[in-house]
Amino acid sequence: MDDSARASYEVSAVEREREEYRRKQRRNAILTSIGSSVALVVVVALVLSNSPGWPRVRESFFSPEYFVRAWPQVVEGLMLNIRVLVVALVGTSILGLSLALIRITTSPVMFPLRVLAQLYTTIMRGIPMLVVLYLVGFGIPGLELFGRIDKAVLGTIAVVMSYSAYIAEVLRAGFEDVHPSQRAAARALGLTTTQTMRLVIIPQALRKIAPALMNDFISMQKDVGLISTLGAVDAVRAAQIVVAKTYNFTPYVVASVLFILMSVPFILLNDWYSERLRTREQAGGMV
Amino acid sequence: MAAQDASTTVAPSPSPVEERVTLRVDGVVKRFGEHTILDHVSLDVRKHETVALLGASGSGKSTLLKCVNLLEQVDDGQIWLGSTDITDPRIDQDAVRARIGVVFQQFNLFSHMRVIDNVTLAARKVHKWSRAKAEEKAMILLRRINMEEKAREYPDRLSGGQQQRVAICRALMMEPELLLLDEITSALDPLLVGEVLEMVEELKQQGATILMATHEMGFAHDAADRIVLLRRGRIAENGSPAEVMDHPTDPETQEFFAAYNRV
Repeated sequence: MDDSARASYEVSAVEREREEYRRKQRRNAILTSIGSSVALVVVVALVLSNSPGWPRVRESFFSPEYFVRAWPQVVEGLMLNIRVLVVALVGTSILGLSLALIRITTSPVMFPLRVLAQLYTTIMRGIPMLVVLYLVGFGIPGLELFGRIDKAVLGTIAVVMSYSAYIAEVLRAGFEDVHPSQRAAARALGLTTTQTMRLVIIPQALRKIAPALMNDFISMQKDVGLISTLGAVDAVRAAQIVVAKTYNFTPYVVASVLFILMSVPFILLNDWYSERLRTREQAGGMV
Repeated sequence: MAAQDASTTVAPSPSPVEERVTLRVDGVVKRFGEHTILDHVSLDVRKHETVALLGASGSGKSTLLKCVNLLEQVDDGQIWLGSTDITDPRIDQDAVRARIGVVFQQFNLFSHMRVIDNVTLAARKVHKWSRAKAEEKAMILLRRINMEEKAREYPDRLSGGQQQRVAICRALMMEPELLLLDEITSALDPLLVGEVLEMVEELKQQGATILMATHEMGFAHDAADRIVLLRRGRIAENGSPAEVMDHPTDPETQEFFAAYNRV
């Protein structure tokens, strides 16, 4: 209820008393959360400052001097992460969507492809990301088929291969979650299978799985940092180089801070999208 | 109409369908595994006629409607829409579906599209109308049911009855030769059933050709020109409401209507 609706009539004493009580409850809740947060910070600070090695840990991980020194190189490395991320986002979406679409087909012609897609998602989700990176990063050049390929390109391929398997399964769940009547209704209007998919099933599925999808994308942008293991100079690798020269680990913290900042737009986008859906397509409040 | 269909394919047999028959179901069989859902069902729906399909749950009403709309494939028999044999696998199924308007029990409307986009979807995407032309037509339909101010709303903001009336509008948009209504009031609050049935009654007055599966016995009795009663996949009765509902001779038919009256 908004206040304007309430103000238009006389509020009874009972309701005023209830409102007063709720206000007090809310105030107490806020005070409690502030109190517990402060307590946690105090405990952590006490434990750290009383540990015998804290000054050394602080110096090697959180040194302001090294933070400033490493910043430009790590930021430069981050540009590579961003480029890889953008390409990987597009690649993963395309490959993931194709795999999901193949998996939900029922036509007998598609049977072999369906089996392959299922095999692919099962295997790729089982292999550790690092192993996929090694296989692609060192295996493909090892074939000596294509000449020299940039490490970042190979890294991107590995990320796309691995993550499209996850995305495909999330998408498939989304497609299957759309009520069968919606497909029937679309077909009944004379829409073709492709139009039904594009105009009805995919938009509705995306709404349902947006949070899960966003989760995978955030996880992916973090794993893009693993391409450093192939020798591509990304943010993590740049940090590593500085660490090797200075024996101070602060550059890794710099890289982490940058990765966190990079995930913020995704998280905001997700929150904005979910909120918009909630207000515009769902009647009534949340219970 | 006949000329338009002649181009599709050479029909295996010349059309047996007279001009005034919109739909002819001829000996249709449908099996799911061991179960025979439809066992040689034959019926005609003539132009401007309203036929009510009655029967207990599982008697095959919905399956028959799905066969007519090509959402299910028949296992034997033929279905003619006008002069087109729509069970011929060589025909363009999407084109046939576009000639039939369908409203289901629920989840008709696309929840991610506004009312107006739902109603105009087929016109824009299947028949390639311009948005302006499609919306103009849609607004006329919506105005007729006093829903024009809901045109920009999303379906979840409408009552169940309003949703079903919009779904009917959407089905009417391309002026279908035949309207299939599959228990369109079964998922509604009893108080909202009336407004939907009123709309169907109006369509009938305007000359629509309707085949509807329903559990609303009173409505079927008053609105339908003919009652077809399905029992275990076969046609048990096919006649006027007076013959079938008021003076049934078959004991099982008597029992069927008596059971409804007891509720």
